[in-house]
Amino acid sequence: MNSLVQVNQSEATDATPDVGTKPKVIARDVNVYYGEKHALKAVNLDVPARAVTALIGPSGCGKSTFLRCINRMNDTIPICRVTGKIEIDERDIYDPTLDVVQLRARVGMVFQKPNPFPKSIYENVAYGPKIHGFAKSKTDLDEIVIGSLRKAGLFEEVKDRLTESGTSLSGGQQQRLCIARAIAVNPEVILMDEPCSALDPIATAKIEELMDELQENFTIIIVTHSMQQAARVSERTAFFHLGYLVEEGRTEDMFTKPKDQRTQDYITGRFG
Amino acid sequence: MVYLYLAGLFILVTVGYLFGRSRARAAARTETLHSRPPYHGAFVGLSIVAPMLLLLVIGLPIADRMIVSQALQTFDPTVMSDDLRRGVALRDITALAAGKYTGEPSLALRQAADTYTSLRTWTYNLILAAGMVFGLLGAAFGLRRLSAGFRARNSVERAVKVLLLAAASVAVLTTIGIVFSVLFETVRFFERVSPFEFLFGLQWSPQTAIRADQAGSSGAFGIVPLVTGTLLITTIAIVIAGPIGLFAAIYMAEYASPRFRAFAKPILEILAGIPTVVLGFFAALTLAPIIRATGESMGLDVASESALAAGIVMGMMIIPFVSSLSDDVINAVPQSLRDGSYAMGATRSETVKKVILPAAFSGIVSAMMLAISRAVGETMIVVMAAGLAGNLTFNPLAAVTTFTVQIKTILVGDQEFDSAKTLAAFALGFVLFFFTLTLNIIAMQIVKRYREQYD
Amino acid sequence: MTEMALSTARTVDFASDAAQARVRARYRAEARFKMYGLIAIGLTALFLVIVLTDIVIKGLPAFTQHSAVLDVTISDADVDPKAVRDGDYQAVVRNTLRARFPNVESRADRRALDGIISTGAADRLRERVLSDPSLIGKTVSTQLLLSDDADLYYKEGTRIDRQPAAGAATVSGVAGDVTIQSSLPDFAANLKVVKSGLFARAQTLRTEAERQRGYARTLEARKADIERTLATATPAVRQELATITADIASMSQRVEEATAKAAELQVRFDASASEETLDELVASVLVQINGGLVKVTKMTDTQATGTVILPLTSAGPAAAGSWQVVTYVVPEANRRVNDREVSWLEALRAQGAIGSNFNWAFFTSGDSREPELAGIRGALVGSALTLFVTLILCLPIGVAAAIYLEEFAPKNWLTEIIEVNINNLAAVPSIVFGLLGLAMFLNFFDLPRSAPLVGGLVLALLVLPTIIIASRAALRAVPPSIKEAALGVGASQQQAVFHHVLPPAMPGIMTGTIIGMAHALGETAPLLMIGMVAFIVEVPTGITDAATALPVQIYLWSDLPEIAFQAKTAAAIMVLLVFLFVMNGSAIYLRRQFERRW
Ligand SMILES: Nc1ncnc2c1ncn2[C@@H]1O[C@H](COP(=O)(O)OP(=O)(O)O)[C@@H](O)[C@H]1O
Ligand SMILES: [Mg+2]
Repeated sequence: MNSLVQVNQSEATDATPDVGTKPKVIARDVNVYYGEKHALKAVNLDVPARAVTALIGPSGCGKSTFLRCINRMNDTIPICRVTGKIEIDERDIYDPTLDVVQLRARVGMVFQKPNPFPKSIYENVAYGPKIHGFAKSKTDLDEIVIGSLRKAGLFEEVKDRLTESGTSLSGGQQQRLCIARAIAVNPEVILMDEPCSALDPIATAKIEELMDELQENFTIIIVTHSMQQAARVSERTAFFHLGYLVEEGRTEDMFTKPKDQRTQDYITGRFG
Repeated sequence: MVYLYLAGLFILVTVGYLFGRSRARAAARTETLHSRPPYHGAFVGLSIVAPMLLLLVIGLPIADRMIVSQALQTFDPTVMSDDLRRGVALRDITALAAGKYTGEPSLALRQAADTYTSLRTWTYNLILAAGMVFGLLGAAFGLRRLSAGFRARNSVERAVKVLLLAAASVAVLTTIGIVFSVLFETVRFFERVSPFEFLFGLQWSPQTAIRADQAGSSGAFGIVPLVTGTLLITTIAIVIAGPIGLFAAIYMAEYASPRFRAFAKPILEILAGIPTVVLGFFAALTLAPIIRATGESMGLDVASESALAAGIVMGMMIIPFVSSLSDDVINAVPQSLRDGSYAMGATRSETVKKVILPAAFSGIVSAMMLAISRAVGETMIVVMAAGLAGNLTFNPLAAVTTFTVQIKTILVGDQEFDSAKTLAAFALGFVLFFFTLTLNIIAMQIVKRYREQYD
Repeated sequence: MTEMALSTARTVDFASDAAQARVRARYRAEARFKMYGLIAIGLTALFLVIVLTDIVIKGLPAFTQHSAVLDVTISDADVDPKAVRDGDYQAVVRNTLRARFPNVESRADRRALDGIISTGAADRLRERVLSDPSLIGKTVSTQLLLSDDADLYYKEGTRIDRQPAAGAATVSGVAGDVTIQSSLPDFAANLKVVKSGLFARAQTLRTEAERQRGYARTLEARKADIERTLATATPAVRQELATITADIASMSQRVEEATAKAAELQVRFDASASEETLDELVASVLVQINGGLVKVTKMTDTQATGTVILPLTSAGPAAAGSWQVVTYVVPEANRRVNDREVSWLEALRAQGAIGSNFNWAFFTSGDSREPELAGIRGALVGSALTLFVTLILCLPIGVAAAIYLEEFAPKNWLTEIIEVNINNLAAVPSIVFGLLGLAMFLNFFDLPRSAPLVGGLVLALLVLPTIIIASRAALRAVPPSIKEAALGVGASQQQAVFHHVLPPAMPGIMTGTIIGMAHALGETAPLLMIGMVAFIVEVPTGITDAATALPVQIYLWSDLPEIAFQAKTAAAIMVLLVFLFVMNGSAIYLRRQFERRW
């Protein structure tokens, strides 16, 4: 089964974590409860900057939950309670004095199902810059929108129909629109929750290519169901199981010599 | 007599049922039945009920009409052509026949009452007898059909299904009934008053003279003042209920904790359950005097039945309506859109204003349309708190009148048969019905498309 | 794609002052927005509370009723023992009261005195004597129901100031017009009250004049407008000009009158110590002296002239403190009971003859023209009969229709039409159903007017969509697996539905039905159309009797001029609301109780 997994060779060679650079995101002893349910149990994880980190694991193991902790999207669920500490650039994001609106501007998110707003393509991308007041003028805004669409690799496809509704695009285009929307506020971290699970293979390939480019400027954390995808795009991988972070390390190592039996079982397809 | 008939029907059906069932049971001892014995019984029962009920429903009204016309003929053949005198004569005849007549009856009246009584006894007995015969024939038919292999259940189930379909069709019949009852009279109205004058006339004063020779006898039937009056009150109502209802819905859907919702929802439900006659009482006897006093202390001229009082209370009445419809619409906006917005760092209000409301826009528009249709058709509040005079004005402190008020005023109390005035009420009803119907159909179409968009 | 690396990368400095200010502004907007929502709900709640409180405050007094407990002599002159039913019980009651106030002599006064007691009192006395004829010739203590005005007087009262006099007084007579002279300025305070009343009136007149003047000015402007273009004016405009001119004339006359009157009153007010004539537009002053009561018509600080209302026992001098000056602050014109009536009512109360009871009659009697006799029994029975007809029609039809549409209807145009129809019918204005009832049931089918039968029919059609929609929802909530299981063991489609789907859906159907019935109970407009608005005294006994319904009764009463009917209306509303709360409450209870999680 291992042969199925193709590890990105070029990354594998120089993938030793840079001891000099500090991790971008640090999670310490994070627990999450949904009411009575203990969904995430004592998770510790360091996420390196400007790299792709993949979170894998069977459904319901808490990957999305962990991801949503990083931009505090869990705040929108009334019954959800988070303990422990998550730092971005050494700043505790659950610090009560920290403003969640600013946090989310710095930590963007892309969801499983493309969710463009029922507005024009232009307005979709302009949404973030507008609410945060980034653009001083219309030309400024145009520049941001076009730049973001370019970076998301969508501009050429939609440049003639920026005023059309975002929902009129195909699934893959919609997802790239959502990515453009997220990067329009120039976040430092982008969270992606199974961004390709609703897409066909060609659209998936495009998004993966895009991630590869984006990692030069952004720290990306991606939840994925597909181990191949994790192997293709990520530098580091974390394996979750039943709310525990079981194992974490360089993607290459995870897929070739997992330390934990559960990881072994998962990547060889015994469950999941 | 009806009770007697129904009692006979009941007895026949019971006997028929029991008989059919026992026949089937007896047969079951020797052969296998297709259907269980109660179905055989029910089949016989149905064979009895159907003809008997049919006879009653068709025969009785015909008989009644015949009896009445015969009695009136005896009394005075000339009354037949005059609705008013006919009604009086009929009342006298029935009163005398029932022994409740006060005063000294005339000879003609006594004769008519005698005719009435004897004819009635005779026809009723006839119907009764015929009904029993029909029932027995039905029973015979049913029993003859019975046999072990008879698919009694299928027959019974077919009959049940027809009954169910008939029940479902009552709604359609009601609509047809409404259309016809207003349409006929409206057509007759337009024979006297031109549709052009009706639709574009600027004056509404339907007082037709009592005597035909009276000068200036025909009233004015221009509905423009009613349209503006209805519009004025509806506008006040929607200006109040629109924002309040919408904001209440937004708060309930996006902000309220479950505890708060458990407290606030009953408020809206109680308000929705208060009969409009109660709100009308409040508008007329509490709010209107307050508005008048306040206005006069500010040196304004306020009518005692101002559009404002009716409009405000009407607005309060439709708040629950707007808010529950908007609540549904807002809740239909998928959570993923909210997530997308929050993940961009938008606050709740920004999400509501820039994502949810635009997404729910068409749904909210249709909610407002339904609310408007509700306000336009509301009767009691305006009957009690708005005026009668068809003033052509947009001043909320003046008295205006509405469609519903005029319908009620014309049709309640003593009406003249067949006068243009009475018919005008039906023409107003016609306009009201089609206006609200159109508004509803459009609104529901919008809602339907809106829901499909997010499914 | 590589060339577009990061040309547009802009980092946003959230720590900057501008950014911080912006975030603060955003949160302020957020708080404001949230506040709007709360205000909206608050306003709704406030309105509800105001409406309910208003009705309770207005309605509560109607649940009690005052009566006078007097010794009534049932003489056989009035009531012939051989014809007890035909006795003149009105006379018995009248005589009782006149015996109490023997000095009331003029016809007008006697009628006013009779008016204190309700006409219903005699009827009740008749019932009592009928059940016990031995009372004839005896004197028995009897509760006599008071008329609405007297009852209201005891409920609301009027402001009465009593001042023991400091000076010694002399009286010029015991009856007729008398003059009371006090040794001290005992009337000074009352004179002041009266004078301030004059001032208030002058003030009102002046504002009214000002208002008229302002209105006249706008008319003048319009007149000037018209006059400028008079040459080209149409006849209609000329007509208007004439009207306006006449209006202006009458208005300026009214202004003049008001101004003159105000000036006169002002003069009287300014002369603060001068003699004053009292009329019904200022406070009433009475003197209680020597066991009698004198209504003052003219007064100075030390002297009052007036008419005796209750005769004095003697014309002798009264010592300081033994007599008092009484002021009814509300001017007589603004009261429903005049000074004379107030004095009688106060005298009766002082004699301990007035009692108050729970107003059972409100629930046990039918409508009446007299507020104190009017009850809601007829309306309640009418509503019950109407709802009965509604229920037996729309429950089976509604459930059958729901079963058909949910379980048997094929997907075709007919079904489609029926469904659209039901939804639209739910939104048709209720008055249109009234038109249907009028045209179809009354005019075409010749069913009786004002009858619960027709009311029930119309309401049944009106609430049918509600019941169908609720029943369908209840049927849909039953999981299909149950029906499939039944079908699996060989039940026919109908057996499966009637045996296995309908029973568990029943609580939901009942809930919907109760809510529909509550709706029908509060519905008014269609019942007006079919003539259930007649004034009906008798309580209906069958569904074809002429009847009215509770909400219609409310509407009828709300329209009546007698003030006492306002309380009755509010009380009837309270009863209606109690019924509605009970019905809706039981619907909610039922839903909670039988709510099943599958
Ligand atoms: N909103 C929620 N309310 C209650 N429980 C939740 C909620 N979201 C997730 N959970 C529970 O938390 C656990 C982890 O869920 P999730 O993080 O979505 O898993 P994954 O993304 O790995 O499939 C699951 O068992 C799920 O049932
Ligand atoms: Mg997930």
